[in-house]
Amino acid sequence: MPHTLALGWIDYVILLAYTAFVIGIGFALSRYMKSSSDFLTSGRSIPTWVTGLAFMSANLGALELVGMAASGAKYGIATAHFYWVGAIPAMVFLAVFMMPFYYGSKARSVPEYLKMRFDERVRALNSVAFAVMTVFASGISMNALAKLLNQLLGWNYHMALWVCSGVVLLYVLKGGLTSAIYTEVLQFFMIVLGFAPVVYLGLQDMGGWDAVTNALHGVAQNPAALNLKEAGTTYGANAWTSAWEPLLGGPTKNPMGVDWFAMVFGLGFVLSFGYWCTNFLVVQRAMAAKNMTAARNTPLVAAVPKMLLPVLVIVPGMIAVALMSVSSKGYRVPPPILEDKAASAAIATLKPAAAMEPAAAFKYVTETVGVEQNGTDKKTGKVKPINADPKKLAAVIASYADKPLLDKPVTDADKELRAKFLSDFNNTVKDYDYDLVILSLVQRYCPFGLLGLALTALLASFMSGMAGNVTAFNTVWTYDLYQAYIAKDRSDAHYMWMGRAITVVGILLSIACAYVAREYKNAMDFIQLVFGFVNAPLFATFLLGMFWSRTTATGAFLGLFGGIGSSAVFHGLTMAEGKGGWLGTTLFTFKSTMAQNFWLASVAFTMCLVLTGGISILTRRTKTNEELKGLVYSLTPKLRDENQPFYLRPAVIGTVLLIGCVILNFLFW
Amino acid sequence: MGLDIRLPIGLMFSLVGLLMAGYGVVTRADADMYKRSLDINVNLWWGLCLLVFGGLMLVAALRGRKSGA
Repeated sequence: MPHTLALGWIDYVILLAYTAFVIGIGFALSRYMKSSSDFLTSGRSIPTWVTGLAFMSANLGALELVGMAASGAKYGIATAHFYWVGAIPAMVFLAVFMMPFYYGSKARSVPEYLKMRFDERVRALNSVAFAVMTVFASGISMNALAKLLNQLLGWNYHMALWVCSGVVLLYVLKGGLTSAIYTEVLQFFMIVLGFAPVVYLGLQDMGGWDAVTNALHGVAQNPAALNLKEAGTTYGANAWTSAWEPLLGGPTKNPMGVDWFAMVFGLGFVLSFGYWCTNFLVVQRAMAAKNMTAARNTPLVAAVPKMLLPVLVIVPGMIAVALMSVSSKGYRVPPPILEDKAASAAIATLKPAAAMEPAAAFKYVTETVGVEQNGTDKKTGKVKPINADPKKLAAVIASYADKPLLDKPVTDADKELRAKFLSDFNNTVKDYDYDLVILSLVQRYCPFGLLGLALTALLASFMSGMAGNVTAFNTVWTYDLYQAYIAKDRSDAHYMWMGRAITVVGILLSIACAYVAREYKNAMDFIQLVFGFVNAPLFATFLLGMFWSRTTATGAFLGLFGGIGSSAVFHGLTMAEGKGGWLGTTLFTFKSTMAQNFWLASVAFTMCLVLTGGISILTRRTKTNEELKGLVYSLTPKLRDENQPFYLRPAVIGTVLLIGCVILNFLFW
Repeated sequence: MGLDIRLPIGLMFSLVGLLMAGYGVVTRADADMYKRSLDINVNLWWGLCLLVFGGLMLVAALRGRKSGA
């Protein structure tokens, strides 16, 4: 798989056509950008179906796409819980209960709502955390993109990173949030239309959905045969093909290693509601809608495609595992791509290894390459050798030892030989890089032409992901940090200028973060862990703030800190897959990091809820009922939907969506 | 906002659809190339589908313009 994905001219033409169109949209919109609110909040003027698709699409970044296919392969249909238990109920809740406060309060951002409801402290905490987080998220995703383009297509890493960022900069600078929203809609159609044929061809290849599920029944009973789990693991036949039965059986009965409570409460309630209802990146899309009904219907419009998306993003992963179980198909999930240094090491070890005894040669090659690929274990100082198959590795060594293999190829023949060797060498590695599932299927099924379409879809989702992060970042910076703390009471033209300037800065910071992510992988993992701590309790603050007028600013502020602290402590006292336990004593060991993560969120949420509630009762209210009007449920006149036709009322649509969701859950029980 | 998004979507998918379908017609004899896609000329067929989708978007955009919505 690596180093072998060649593109034809038609593929470049499709890629260029897409790029030209997104830049063109930016330029076409630029003449409508007259004030800072046009640029940063789209002047609240966009139709519902557009904000709805953008709402969903802002979350459908490339890492989501790649990650869901990976989870589909690792866990099967249970991955759909992220959609049918996680996203949909949260989106309905946002539409029916929370959107009236966001939109009705005239807040321009989520942190600004927090300021209106509580005080500056809560806003500052939330806006700083959010600003830093979006920049890092964007950097991490851009690094992944540039790395992929570099390793698969042989493009220059720096060029890929800067060119893609440049395109995003150009159209966001021209058309602001509207540009980002429009390209998100375009990207949504690109993804659906780019990946649908791949899924179709995959199903055809296996002989239909029934053949896929049959193959997966076999896989589930002995996952070790395909090296999916350690030897001796066995599940019920439906572990990959049923969403609930294996889950109800407990953590040892499903490949996720999760119990139902963590799934329903931790993921379904705490994490999902926390993400969909409070993350400004998605909420911003609904706030850009043209009126209250449109704003409330935005998440509901988004929920329809969201509900069906598993077909496109999870099924490919399941197809991949099914294909792998049929040996005549000659497919495997690709191994992790060799880092440049590891590739050089592999070439250098070839000649010395050929002269050694087989066992010594195996140890020498796997350890030398392992140092470059995996590094050394921090605690023990031991090398982590690559997990190669001895027989296959010996065969590769034997067949390439006398070939004129150069690490720095000169001629095309040299290059071809080097690429072929690296591909063969890499295929001796038994580990899987599940993140490559979707691309390996694209490579397997797409001739030139369709290949360009699918790759453009992937590229589009990376770029629009960056655009989404940058447009959320520039709004929070301009309104919640710059206008609030640095330069109050300037002219709108000044904030418009600042919005543009910070867009450039935001993109440069994302690029800087991409380089950090490339050089310091461990530091990035740590940062993401900390973000997890910060986000876990957040929904408790919103829930109490919106539905209990007695909640005080001090309660919210301290409760949030308490929640964040308790996530860190929880992570310090528990272990999963070797992660956590930094406080020295381990009270509990989870079957998987996913279970640990869900429980962490549940605990942090509960702590934040209890602390915020307790402190609120002990402290004095600083806002009167009159000030909280429009911000708290009980103090706001109920919205009257009676003048709407019944099929446009959010509560009606929301109920229909939830029923659909329940039906889906039963279909895949 | 002044620009109807259906217009660029329609134009782009019509263009890409035409490109793919055209490429499919030119390469229809290349059995080797289409072995990947299970001997289906996906470029031709999927290109036509994209063209239809793009066309529908364009029609919607034009009707929207007429009615002033």
